[in-house]
Amino acid sequence: MKVVVSSSGETLEDPVDLRFGRAKYFLSVDTDTGDVQVVNNTQNVEAMQGAGIQAAQTVASQSPEYLITGHCGPKAFSVLRAAGIQIVVGFEGSVGEAVEALKQGRLKPTEGADVQGHWM
Amino acid sequence: MKELVVISGKGGTGKTSVVASFAALAEGAVLADCDVDAADLHLLLEPRVLERDRFRGGRVAVVREGACTGCGSCVEHCRFEAFIHAGPPWSRQPVRVDPIACEGCGVCVRVCPEKAIDFPEKVNGEWFVSSTRHGPLVHARLGVAESNSGKLVTLVRQKAREIAEARSRDLVIIDGSPGIGCPVIASVGGASLVLAVTEPSASGIHDLDRVLSLAMHFRIPVAVCVNKHDINLDLTQSIEEMCGEKKVPIVGRIPYDLGVTRAQLRGLSAVEAGDGPAARCIRHVWSETTKRLWNQSTSGRYKEACEYE
Amino acid sequence: MRTHGTIAVASGKGGTGKTTICTSLAFVADPPVCLLDCDVEEPNAHIFLNPQIEESRSVGIPVPRVDADRCTACGECARVCQYNALAVVKDRVLVFGELCHGCGGCRLACPEDAITEEDRPIGSLEKGRSGSIEFVHGRLEVGEALSPPLISAVRKAGNRSGLTLIDAPPGTSCPVIEAVRGSDFVVLVTEPTPFGVNDLALAADMVQALGIPAGVVINRSNIGDEKARRFCSENGIPVLLEIPEDRNLAEAYSRGDRLVDAVPGYGERIRALLARSGEVMG
Repeated sequence: MKVVVSSSGETLEDPVDLRFGRAKYFLSVDTDTGDVQVVNNTQNVEAMQGAGIQAAQTVASQSPEYLITGHCGPKAFSVLRAAGIQIVVGFEGSVGEAVEALKQGRLKPTEGADVQGHWM
Repeated sequence: MKELVVISGKGGTGKTSVVASFAALAEGAVLADCDVDAADLHLLLEPRVLERDRFRGGRVAVVREGACTGCGSCVEHCRFEAFIHAGPPWSRQPVRVDPIACEGCGVCVRVCPEKAIDFPEKVNGEWFVSSTRHGPLVHARLGVAESNSGKLVTLVRQKAREIAEARSRDLVIIDGSPGIGCPVIASVGGASLVLAVTEPSASGIHDLDRVLSLAMHFRIPVAVCVNKHDINLDLTQSIEEMCGEKKVPIVGRIPYDLGVTRAQLRGLSAVEAGDGPAARCIRHVWSETTKRLWNQSTSGRYKEACEYE
Repeated sequence: MRTHGTIAVASGKGGTGKTTICTSLAFVADPPVCLLDCDVEEPNAHIFLNPQIEESRSVGIPVPRVDADRCTACGECARVCQYNALAVVKDRVLVFGELCHGCGGCRLACPEDAITEEDRPIGSLEKGRSGSIEFVHGRLEVGEALSPPLISAVRKAGNRSGLTLIDAPPGTSCPVIEAVRGSDFVVLVTEPTPFGVNDLALAADMVQALGIPAGVVINRSNIGDEKARRFCSENGIPVLLEIPEDRNLAEAYSRGDRLVDAVPGYGERIRALLARSGEVMG
């Protein structure tokens, strides 16, 4: 299965980026093959408006089953859910640890956004 | 890390004066001036600018010189009355864009049959990270007659948070703007506590009601401080009743004191300039506010606190 | 005395006395007078005018509505939107109306003609009278971010046959621009303090960018220093009136009283302000 994790860096050892919309990178991991793709999110780091919405569309284009991140606001949340993606929030640790935890069934998807959106 | 936002609804109630005193009392908070339309906090802090950059908050349409045939398609589709005609509409004279009215939506760029309209990114203002005697200050200036203040506010807040994280400071104090619109919403979203500074006037109460509704709409805890409370004790009481009904705590009543203005004229916050009546009360307001920020037990009945002699 | 044209009362700093001055001008001017309270976030003029409201209507922004049957999820609407108010995922378009500025770009861009527009209310507009003064104000819905469309509606709702007075919001950015644009003259209200002068300079830049002549009222003129007067003389902006700090005035204001009636001498000062504004306007 495919998992996308918001990341501060380009490798599995890097910490999960706690902010979803303005995360530096998204790492797209295929848990069956171990294949990792790095998606750069810098244009949203600087975006003034709708960063979460844009980031959610970027993630959706990867067609993962799960997204793992720190915090996700309501607009981004609705876009991800519309794309049929399950969202796990509140993860702290490295990207690799996040994927492992998911594989071992230790992570539970969230019902709703966990933070109020920032203004845009 | 907590974010305290000080707003007012009505302008001129004393937000910035209170924030400046809080900065002096806080010993190492990160300060953010989110009143980007009319930033004043820096006037009491003698900032030394360490970092600055331009703020690009959108785009603006620009008609290329000589490329316009005067067909009027752009004018027909612009919903923001942003075109200036060289002549009457039927004269097919070239048009140009009023950059102040342009909202950067891009419709004219797309409908122009000659592709005569450029759509560059716009520099709307500038932001700064400065050091002050009370701690780091993030502030900004929106350009003359510019838009996108909400976005600039968001940027200022983000920078302040980053600095707080990087330097292990546990508090960001935000000076907000008057009103309830875009820049205010950008200032309060996700904050830990909103402090609404009001005054006992008919306008002040009316505006306080709306600003409390705003905080509640965004589900942010809010507390109230009544400034110049002795201008009208009846209205101060009405404010107290209104807050009681809404279950909003009042953290202090500050007396009218020209000492605050005298301090401002000297470039100082009230608590630094002396120990006048307002300064004493502001210290109490600070204490009550920080207790609420960190969920500690508070003094309970506000009437016991901050009695004005 | 000037009997027609539009005078906007603005300031950089909040709380300097815009609404007080604006409503006072309305009370002393010869009819027909129309007062437009364009501070739609925190409208206060009605407190002093006590108008009889005759008409009330909702004001909205046209936001996209996507016909799911015609939509092919091509994503063009989301691509053209400068405000990220549209997101296209899988086979659906999500509309975030609160981010929409009502530009109509998505409707024009859609290759399937799948987008129509519906009104999203952002606030209300009320019209009425206070004696012979015609009155219009707007009230932005709490939680709405965009005030300019409502301000624009208020500005256009006034009858322009006589003198039109505009009570502008504080600040210098887009809501104020929307309120002040097209006026013949701007009265900038300030106070002689560091905050007041700093914001006066910003407001002066703003009116200059708009190309509108201006004059200054220095309120609470005895509480501070000379810098406001000096700024005006150095920049060729006439000081139209100075009003000293007065506890009576402050208390009457706090009660919502009409200062031109409640405070002796105040009406004279405001009449003088109107006359001087007329002179400067030419």
